[in-house]
Amino acid sequence: MNGGDEVAAAPAGPPQSLDWKFSQVFGERTAGEEVQEVDIISAIEFDKTGDHLATGDRGGRVVLFERTDTKDHGVPRRDLERMEYPIGRHPEFRYKTEFQSHEPEFDYLKSLEIEEKINKIRWCQTANGALFLLSTNDKTIKFWKVQEKKVKKISDMNLDPSKAVGNGSIASSSTPKHCLANGGSPDRSYNYLGNDFSFPPGGLPSLRLPVVTSQETNLVARCRRVYAHAHDYHINSVSNNSDGETFISADDLRINLWNLEISNQSFNIVDVKPANMEDLTEVITSAEFHPTHCNTLAYSSSKGSIRVIDLRQSALCDSHAKLFEEPEAPGSRSFFTEIIASISDIKFARDGRYILSRDYMTLKLWDINMDSGPVATFQVHEYLRPKLCDLYENDSIFDKFECCLSGDGLRVATGSYSNLFRVFGCAPGSTEATTLEASKNPMRRQVQTPSRPSRSLSSITRVVRRGAENPGVDANGNAFDFTTKLLHLAWHPTENSIACAAANSLYMYYA
Amino acid sequence: MSMIEEPLYPIAVLIDELKNEDIQLRLNSIRRLSTIARALGEERTRKELIPFLSENNDDDDEVLLAMAEELGVFIPYVGGVEYANVLLPPLETLCTVEETCVRDKAVESLCRIGAQMREQDLVEYFIPLVKRLAAGEWFTARVSSCGLFHIAYPSAPEALKTELRAIYSQLCQDDMPMVRRSAATNLGKFAATVEAPHLKVDIMSMFDDLTHDDQDSVRLLAVEGCAALGKLLEPQDCVAHFLPVIVNFSQDKSWRVRYMVANQLYELCEAVGPEPTRSELVPAYVRLLRDNEAEVRIAAAGKVTKFCRILNPELAIQHILPCVKELSTDSSQHVRSALASVIMGMAPVLGKDATIEQLLPIFLSLLKDEFPDVRLNIISKLDQVNQVIGIDLLSQSLLPAIVELAEDRHWRVRLAIIEYIPLLASQLGVGFFDDKLGALCMQWLKDKVYSIRDAAANNVKRLAEEFGPDWAMQHIVPQVLDMINNPHYLYRMTILHAISLLAPVMGSDITCSKLLPVVINASKDRVPNIKFNVAKVLQSLIPIVDQSVVEKTIRPCLVELSEDPDVDVRFFATQALESCNQVMMS
Repeated sequence: MNGGDEVAAAPAGPPQSLDWKFSQVFGERTAGEEVQEVDIISAIEFDKTGDHLATGDRGGRVVLFERTDTKDHGVPRRDLERMEYPIGRHPEFRYKTEFQSHEPEFDYLKSLEIEEKINKIRWCQTANGALFLLSTNDKTIKFWKVQEKKVKKISDMNLDPSKAVGNGSIASSSTPKHCLANGGSPDRSYNYLGNDFSFPPGGLPSLRLPVVTSQETNLVARCRRVYAHAHDYHINSVSNNSDGETFISADDLRINLWNLEISNQSFNIVDVKPANMEDLTEVITSAEFHPTHCNTLAYSSSKGSIRVIDLRQSALCDSHAKLFEEPEAPGSRSFFTEIIASISDIKFARDGRYILSRDYMTLKLWDINMDSGPVATFQVHEYLRPKLCDLYENDSIFDKFECCLSGDGLRVATGSYSNLFRVFGCAPGSTEATTLEASKNPMRRQVQTPSRPSRSLSSITRVVRRGAENPGVDANGNAFDFTTKLLHLAWHPTENSIACAAANSLYMYYA
Repeated sequence: MSMIEEPLYPIAVLIDELKNEDIQLRLNSIRRLSTIARALGEERTRKELIPFLSENNDDDDEVLLAMAEELGVFIPYVGGVEYANVLLPPLETLCTVEETCVRDKAVESLCRIGAQMREQDLVEYFIPLVKRLAAGEWFTARVSSCGLFHIAYPSAPEALKTELRAIYSQLCQDDMPMVRRSAATNLGKFAATVEAPHLKVDIMSMFDDLTHDDQDSVRLLAVEGCAALGKLLEPQDCVAHFLPVIVNFSQDKSWRVRYMVANQLYELCEAVGPEPTRSELVPAYVRLLRDNEAEVRIAAAGKVTKFCRILNPELAIQHILPCVKELSTDSSQHVRSALASVIMGMAPVLGKDATIEQLLPIFLSLLKDEFPDVRLNIISKLDQVNQVIGIDLLSQSLLPAIVELAEDRHWRVRLAIIEYIPLLASQLGVGFFDDKLGALCMQWLKDKVYSIRDAAANNVKRLAEEFGPDWAMQHIVPQVLDMINNPHYLYRMTILHAISLLAPVMGSDITCSKLLPVVINASKDRVPNIKFNVAKVLQSLIPIVDQSVVEKTIRPCLVELSEDPDVDVRFFATQALESCNQVMMS
């Protein structure tokens, strides 16, 4: 690992290395606090404007944050879509609301427990100030609408329950039939109101409409649709189409296409399930729609390949339009070759020209117009190569790290062990490679010298040690701890700001 | 505190519940909005109820949907057409909500109201509303606006018309694909109200924009509008403007666009007239029939008969028939199935000679298809071909196909063929039926699956209707009655069911002499289920047979059953006895 020594000098041509600073933390642990399994964050996603951030956790909850440093009230929506935020202040977020998206379930037909863990969150088109998002666990995708609702106070009713008691039979609890007239026993009460009942031409002056007063509002999350029973295997991705009406969901062997408004049918567009499951050699690990081309989508596989398919070609996209994979270097094959080649995440860059992929050892950037090999490869875990055997034994080798690109496409980032994450410059000529720790002092790692063998357990060190009591120390003296892994992170769509999840804490950084 | 007089309780409750916590109660109140309006009177409805509803726009979608619907028919309650404009504000708000079905309903209601409004009111209130929505901040408002132009446009003064066309053109190029989709969907309706000169210029350029949209979903809808738009133009304009577009679309990169063309092509041919159809659209259609995407071929194959009908037979034989031959051996079963469901209709179009020479081999190969749906689809349309060439040519191939379907291991396939048996019987005639199919019909009565036995019983009845009681007496009744001795009670039950169905067809005499004794005998069955079914069957026989028979045979049997140890048997026997008594009375 060479993160430490490259930061200082960046050549004049490519953009300067970023100086990352801590911005915020949500759900910070106090020293010695045990992390509850259900609180561990399992998904992070910014919305298109970057004004909102959503996280999902293993307990099936979705937490929303909103940006506080821009005052966008009163700016017309259409202008807002195009507006560039003045750089100067870094994004700051505050807790907005949270809701229980998924509950643990049991599939009785298959005797299968379905965890509530949120695997992915995707934001949909905002409308009328209401927020829309898709969240999914292993089997079921849900479409949520989060909206401010007025808290209503109703007065001036025709029938005041407290007074009405005096009237004997109107609304007292002893004769509930009038109370329930509308719902409970309509037949009896509406006898009056048949068409033959004649109202005086001027109406009945004694009747009045209730008066509604409302000052406060509160946020209400409502599940609008549930897209269920379409996946035999675990859903790893959902992704919205640029047409604003469809999305895909991908599991290990299939990709389905849905219309947001139709929850009872979906179309299978990719099916890699072999006729005989014993012939299975490759599974789908991640899938994403092109950000602007409605007919293009990419999916990655456990064999390290990325396939781009064109939905226009045929209804069943079993044949890909493009295949991106790196030929294996001859002679280097080992037992682990295939395992570490597996791609855990892919992301399109904002303009759709590049695809970023993460496998166990590296980040790779692919040009969609060049399928001979990646345009850039960034070593993330090279220092772990000698330890693959241990990593295999404790299953860490199967950890699925996510990756992300900056909005301007100049940098990429991904997570690692010991709550570290790395940021690389991918502009031509850039040598930027920064290692940061998800803590209040992100650059601490870099000033650390090999002579200081391990961290002092000061208040800023919140690494929970479980299992291996003595975390390994690599050649540069950097300790790594397999139990604290930073799997999920997201880059703000317009600014240099990263949100990342260390267990149950959400750390935000800016540069 | 107001004193509510007794007859007003319900209406007062109704009004209060407009704001109840319980959504079901609110929904009920909204559904009775007209009652509330009548109770308040027209003036207060205008001044109080409608503004009240306008503020009610953050309710649950179900309530909003109901409100949008009710307001569409609300003109009488606000004081008639001259006050119709007061209904616009609440519907305008509903046009901007996020839920599509609410918006659609609000647009529908606005159109309904707009269609009744006076011209000056449309100019004063309706057109500004359309303009406001079209300039809405959120795409939801803009989406809704597209569906209102065809109401607003006709009554607008000239200058405003120009403006409206410009706005619509803007909507066709909106940033949001949802808006462009809505513009594409509604273009045909709007175009129908636009004057001919503008049609050729403005509307065609909007259409052009939409056909070049980079979102497939927008282009799809543009294709869908093609036919409607084409019919508005003179044939020569249609040829000049549309033909190139359609031909282009038929070769679009996206299979979904081609699929749409395949579905619409038949209507487009009508719009462009026969000559261009021959020269341009037949080749396009042939390409679609040979498309490499199965979904497109399915759509094209499904239209083959309709398309042939607008061509002359020679063209159909020359161009379409070769493709049909290829499709009959298509690799996709769904294509073959789609073809099988329409191909019989080609026989009348092509005439006897061509049918025998060209189509018959295709029918025969489809009848031998490995996929049951294909065979079923051919059989289901047998009557069409029978009219042209007679059944004899087919009957030799038909029988093996039917027998195989009748014994298919999927019960749904067996069920499907049973439903076609009466049709087959009528087409094939008694002779053929007796020899080959009679046994099958009896076999189904002993099927393992209830639905099949049930359908088989029904089938027996329909055959009796088709061929008459005499034939049934000879060929069906004895065999059916034989089976009442089956050791398994479920099969005996099927026979009882068949008897109850046959009785009305066979008439009183045969029922009394043949059917009734069997039923009476079955009342001695050891299985209670049979016994109470006997009671039910007897009940159904009462209206058919003579009064004396009821008294002499049916009643004693029922009386005996009504003393059965089994409670269900007693119940049904008592019920049947009551019917006996009723018949007696009348």
